Order: sequence, then structure tokens, then C-alpha cells
Amino acid sequence: MSISICNISKQFGDFVALKDVSLEVPSGSLLALLGPSGSGKTTLLRIIAGLEQADSGHIKVQDEDVSQLSARDREVGFVFQHYALFKHMSVFENIAFGMRVRHLKDAEVRPRVNELLHLVRLEGLGNRYPSELSGGQRQRVALARALAVKPRLLLLDEPFGALDAKVRQELRTWLRNLHEEMHVTTVFVTHDQEEAFEVADRVVVMKQGHIEQAGTPQDVFDHPATPFVMDFLGHVNVFHGRLEAGQMHLPGFAMEYPEYQHATSRDATAYVRPHEVELDRTPQLETSLPVRVVHVNPAGPVTRVRLVSDAFGAAINVDLSPGRYRELALRPGDQVFATPKRLRVFLPDDYVI
Amino acid sequence: MHPSSLRTKKTAGRFVADEPLWLRILLITAVYLIIGLLILVPMAYVFWQAMAEGWEGLVKNLWKDPDTLHSMWLTMTLAPLTVVLNTIFGLAAAWTITKFKFPGRTLLVTLLDVPFAISPVVVGLMLVLLFGMQGFLGPTLREWGIKVIFAWPGLLLATMFVTLPFVARELIPLMESLGDEEETAAVSLGANPWQLFWRITLPNIKWGLVYGMIQCHARAIGEFGAVYVVSGHIAGETDTMPLRVEKLFQEYNNPGSFAVASVLTLMALATLFGKYLLEQYIARQMATDAVE
Amino acid sequence: MWLSKSHRVLPGFHVGLGYTVTILTLLLILPLVACLLKVATLTPTQFFAAVWTERARATYLLSFGASLVAAVINVAIGLLLAWVLVRYEFWGRRFLDSLIDLPFALPTAVAGLVFSSLLVEKGWYGQVLVPLGIKGAYSQLGIIIVLVFVGLPFVVRTVQPVLESLEGDTEEAAAMLGANRWQTMWRVLLPALQPSLMTGFALSFARGLGEYGSVIFISGNMPFKTEIAPVLIVARLEQFAYAEATAIAVVLMAMSLVSLALVNWLERRSRRYAP
Repeated sequence: MSISICNISKQFGDFVALKDVSLEVPSGSLLALLGPSGSGKTTLLRIIAGLEQADSGHIKVQDEDVSQLSARDREVGFVFQHYALFKHMSVFENIAFGMRVRHLKDAEVRPRVNELLHLVRLEGLGNRYPSELSGGQRQRVALARALAVKPRLLLLDEPFGALDAKVRQELRTWLRNLHEEMHVTTVFVTHDQEEAFEVADRVVVMKQGHIEQAGTPQDVFDHPATPFVMDFLGHVNVFHGRLEAGQMHLPGFAMEYPEYQHATSRDATAYVRPHEVELDRTPQLETSLPVRVVHVNPAGPVTRVRLVSDAFGAAINVDLSPGRYRELALRPGDQVFATPKRLRVFLPDDYVI
Repeated sequence: MHPSSLRTKKTAGRFVADEPLWLRILLITAVYLIIGLLILVPMAYVFWQAMAEGWEGLVKNLWKDPDTLHSMWLTMTLAPLTVVLNTIFGLAAAWTITKFKFPGRTLLVTLLDVPFAISPVVVGLMLVLLFGMQGFLGPTLREWGIKVIFAWPGLLLATMFVTLPFVARELIPLMESLGDEEETAAVSLGANPWQLFWRITLPNIKWGLVYGMIQCHARAIGEFGAVYVVSGHIAGETDTMPLRVEKLFQEYNNPGSFAVASVLTLMALATLFGKYLLEQYIARQMATDAVE
Repeated sequence: MWLSKSHRVLPGFHVGLGYTVTILTLLLILPLVACLLKVATLTPTQFFAAVWTERARATYLLSFGASLVAAVINVAIGLLLAWVLVRYEFWGRRFLDSLIDLPFALPTAVAGLVFSSLLVEKGWYGQVLVPLGIKGAYSQLGIIIVLVFVGLPFVVRTVQPVLESLEGDTEEAAAMLGANRWQTMWRVLLPALQPSLMTGFALSFARGLGEYGSVIFISGNMPFKTEIAPVLIVARLEQFAYAEATAIAVVLMAMSLVSLALVNWLERRSRRYAP
């Protein structure tokens, strides 16, 4: 089932939660709404679910306008951030709840619940109460409960927010696999970009009630549309300077930027990701920047190096592969040369941070 | 009523959890009716009856009747004294129960609830069996010149028994939630027990303590059954205010009875007001704590 | 080692325990023992003769029945009051909320006095009710009315915090799974409130069994009709029949303790999900 979100706006008192948001969610996709808190992502999810009413705009599910349908008639599965399990019911009864309120016969309920318990790998725990489960298990009960009534859509609000790092990692992979099996159109909200990129096949970055950028994870990561997206999707080095005739001029230093060939000089901000900077003992280009190593952290999958440019007066962060780090054998105090491989420049016009 | 004034408090923004407007209005009206008929009207009725003969009548009924005057004096000394004694007990019990682990601790907690489960009349009866002239200790005490039953000490014992749990019950959960880290730190810094209590423990529990004392006081003023049995109804000697209300009622002196009742109702209202102020204060404290 | 090390750091254990136990012994245990010793002076036949007279049986039935009915009414009213006070914002809410505690603060004698005056034929309520055939004063109904008044705050005050702590999520989850409001109420909310409703019920019931001050004003205290057990105890006492009075008191205490234990057990069973 595809979802069309058309011109949705929502205000809480003076606070504008969503302004004129439109979005297409293709059938069978797994979409992440990504953004900082207050960006309106949860509100949008709740509007799709029918838990919140939009001030204007409408929601269509597979060409059917559901805007006026109540939450209970939308056939949407919803997983709450804190699971919202029924504490006084066993795991079994939690999962069965949706079928019970539809007055299904026990003979139909039982096999379906068992099937779901199997699906979420909680066989044998049907008689437990939510208080007797771990966080990850509760999360899976919540998911099974939402899936029990065969929803047209599955919505998850910060599904892994309350879990510790290891369980979170496991559940991400598991959710991804589950989605491949079930193919229910799924939307989830997260503020964790890693999570969005790892799980989703489409990512929507939101900010202050509007969509900054939507696309595949690769698209969004490689071609951030705005400085905000650039900044939000990971560490960046930021340089303020002037752009003129194919070159970005910074104090005592210049970089090639062929996309801008005008002769008029303009203020601009350049963004460079830490892993897109190369370090060498000798200058690679004329424009390579002489820098001094301040701190090296070789723990982890990449070696993080903090450098300072004495000419430039600013700190630069660079990520090196462990191999490259061993080759260079960097020590604090060493003089090296930094060469940005990839530069993204935003002119102040579209600078909205 | 404007619909927006019926906005649900807790469920604001969660409109699936809202009842339809007509149902909300119906339920709120029901609440007004119940509280109105069960609490507000009866309260107003007390004052209306007490004022039936005007201010002069009220003053006459209260001040010109020496027995009534004595009952007021008795209640207003008995209740504060009970509060003081039960506060000391409550502090000792709560401190022992929350700061230490020892065998019999659970039993002690259970014993604290016993006064809630025993009819006040039975409390009075038990005291009579113990201290009465036919009782186990009564004759001995009498030889020593101490009169308990049909006298002031009996009233005090009966009131103390009935109100025994109030301060302790308020303090135990509070002190349990506070833990003993601060006290342990103070001891390690060299505080003596006196300093420990006044500088660390008391500031932490003071509002819970005041709350418990207010409840204890209200109950002490109003206690009837237990006091009824041990007092012997000697007008001008062992009649407390509630007993005076009953006696005047039995004597068909309705204005007199309602005059005393109106004073008791005023005291109850003062209690409610005190609790209200305290709750407001605590809510504000908690709000500022949350901000910090 | 029955004092863990960290706890021994703090002073006041011996003084505190000593004082607590002394007071409890003097005030609580000694009287209880006196009570039991007094009953022990009766032979089983005498005991039975004292507690199982027709008049005594009538008082147990009335005390038990009136307290039960009042507690059930209090559960219903208390749930309604707590629901409205917690969930709706309306004019006068805070004022009404403060008034709920009045039955705790008001001496019960005053409550008895007022309700008996209101319910007699010429009283404010009586004028309306008596012509309809509803006799509130000097009747069993009157006893129930004052017991409802006296026990009113128990249910409200036990249910209120639980209702406040319920997460809005839970109701939304029920709605998302297709439950209507009625189903959400019966299947999700009431089961969650059940333990607190039971506690409120038990407190209200226990208070009703023991209540004396308010009842004597309104009941008329007619043997076999409107006499409750505490009134019979006082009557026996005034005849200096101490042993008999004590025997009835023991029955009343047993009734109260058994009910409390039963409710406690039920509550613990229904609380299994939240250890």
C-alpha cells in the first residue's frame, strides 16, 4: 500500500509542527523520517496513524483518502516509543488484543498468535507479563501486537530509542529482514542517522516542520541538498571563505571548485567530511594545507586525527583507515599536509542553519 | 460551559482518548451533583443551622454554656498534645524502619496499620479492660492515685491509639525514597546525631511531616468512638467537642449542637486549606526542582 | 550479621527501636492482650451465647451489609470522581478536588448530625425524599448514606494517582489495534485500575465496619433493625457486661481482619503483572 501525504500542516498553539508537508511513500518501501527533536517527524507519523488530526491537507492510502477515518478504522499498525504494552495482560493476550476486540474465535486467535510469537522469536514466553521481559523482548512484543491484525501500514515511533547499543544493533538487522519477508509499507521515526541509513531504503530528513531532503540513503548521503542535511548526517569540517572563478579562497589557502565559474566574488561556506581529506608527509598539490597533528585516536574502525592549521588558525578533523594511519605513523606535533578530496560549497542564499 | 474549558487535562493532544463532549458534560455535572449533595450542602447546612438564632444565638450557645466552653478547651489541648506525642513516635518509628534492617521489621510495619483495622469503639473497650476499675491494671493505678478511664489520661490514650499511624505512614514511604546517602555522608563528615537530625533529615522530610501532622490533628479533633467509651460523658470534665455535639443533640438542643458542629466544621475547613497550601507549595518546589 | 554494614553507620537504632516498641506495647499490644485475656475468661458456651444471640447476629449482618453496600457505592462514585478530576479540565475542578478530603477532616459526629437533620421529614433532603417513600433518617438507608460519606475519599485518593500515572500511549495503542472506547475502558483501563479500586474498597469497607460516631446520630439504634455491632458493644458495656462486649468486639475485629486479608490476597493476585 502506498501512502500519499498531501500538504499537511499542523500547529500546536503557537508552535508550528508541520508546514505544508507533502511526501510519497511507495508501496512496500521502508522509509525513515529522520530529524532532530522538534522537527515534526513524530507529529507526521501520528497524523498518518490518525492519532493526531492535521489542520489542513490530507492523507491517502492507496488512493483512498483516510484523513477523516478514525485511528481504529485505518488498519495501521503502530509501535510506540515506549511500547505501550498492556501491563496487566500476558504477552499472548497483548498480541491477541486486536483480534479479541474484533471478536475473532479462539480457534483463529491461537494459531495466529503462536505464528507471531515464532516470527518475533518469543516462543514459550506467551505466558509472561511485560514486566518480566527485557527491553528488546518488549519491543518485539509491541511489533508482533501491531502486526497481528494484518495492518496495511506499519508505523514505528523511535523503535529502538529506549534500548542499549548492542540490542539496538541486533533489532535493526532483524527489522530489515522482517520487512523483506513481509513487505508491509513501513515508516519509522528516528533521530539517529546511522539507524536510518542502515535500515531504510528511503530517507526523509526533516527540520522545523518541513522536509529538507528525501531520497535513497545513498542519494542523501552523497548529495546533501542543504548545509543542514550535510551537518546532520555526520561530522563535517566547515570553512568560511570567498568563492571566485572556480576557486574557494580561504585565508592562506585555496581549493578548486569548478562548479562556480563567475568572476564576481561571493561569501561561501565549504563543507568537507573527515574521511574525504587525505594526509601526506609531502604536499600533494600546490594548494595542500600545512597542518600540525594535535591528537590521534586509533581506537575504533577508523583512526580519528585532530589537526590544526597554524596559517588558518582552525582545527580540522580527519578520519584515516587504520592501514593509512600505520603507513604515516603520525604522532602529535608532526607537520603534515592535508588535501581535501571532495568539497561541498553552499552559498549564503541557501545557508539556512 | 465552553467546549475548550472541557479540554482533557492529561490527554490533551491525544484525541483518540477523548470522550464525546455530551458525555464529558454529563460526567462533570454528575460530579458537581455528588459533591454538592454529599459535601457542599451538608457543610452549608451546618452554618445555616448554627446561625439560625443569629450571631447572638451562636455566641450565646458557644460562650454562655460553660460545659461547651470546657469541651472546646479540652479538645484544643488534647489534639495538639496528641499530635506532639504521635509526631515523636512517628519520627522514631519511621527512622528505625527505614534506616535499619532488623528481624521483626515487617511485623512492626504491619502493627502500625492495626489501628486502621480496629473499630474505635473496640479501642475504647480495650482501654477500659486494661485501665478500668474492673480492668487488669485499673485497681493498681487507682491505688497510686492515677485515674485513667473516665478521665483525661484515658481520652489522651484513646486519641493517641486511633491517630497513631498517621505521621509514621506519611514518613515511611518518603524516607524510604530518600534513602540514607545524605545521612551517611553527614556522619562521615562528623555530624553528631542531633546535628544529623536537625540539619539533614528534618529539612528533607519537613513537608511530609507537616502533612502527617495536619492529618493527625484533624483526626484527633474528630475522634468519637474510642473517646466516647472511655470518657464517661462527664459534662464539663471529660466531654470533648464531638461528644458535646452528641450530648446536646440527645438533649434536643439543636442550636447548641450545631453551634459546636460549626466550630468543628471551620476547623475541618482550615485543615483542608492548610493541606491545599501545602500541596501547592510542594508542587511549586517540584516544578522548580524539575527545571534545575 | 543482621545489620548490614552501611546501615550501622547511622545512629539512633537502639533509641528508635526501643521507643517505638515501648509505645506500641503500651498503646497497642497491652490493650489487645487485655482484650484476649478477657475473652479467655469465658467458656466456649458462654462465648457462643454472647456472640450468637439473635440481636447480635442482626448487628453483624447490618454492619457487614451496610459497609459492603457503602463500599460498593464508593467504588462507583470514587471511580467517577477520580476520572473526572484527573482527566477533565473544567471550572471549579481544583475546588472540588480539595473538598473530596472533607470527610477525612470533618469529625464524623458532625457528619452524623448534619445528615440526620437533612434527612428527617422536615429536613432539606427529607422534604423531597420522604414523600417519595425514601426514609433516610433512622433507617438502614441512613446508615449507608453516612458510611458512603465517611468512606468517600478512600477510593478517590487511591485511584487518582494510578489514573494520573497511566500513560496516554496505552489508550492510543488500544485504539490503533481497533478497540472502541468501551472496549478500551473494560479491557485496558479498568484492569489497570483494579488493584487501586480494591484497595479503596477495602479501606472504605473497614472504615464502615468500625464507624460509630456518625451512625449513632442517624440510625436510631433500634435493636434488630438499625443497630450496628459497635452500638451493641457500647450497650453491653453500659450494662457492665464486659466479657460479652469483648466477645462481640472480637467477632467484629475478626470480621474486619478477615475481609482485609481477603482483599489483600485478591489484590496481590491481580498485581502479579507488576511485581
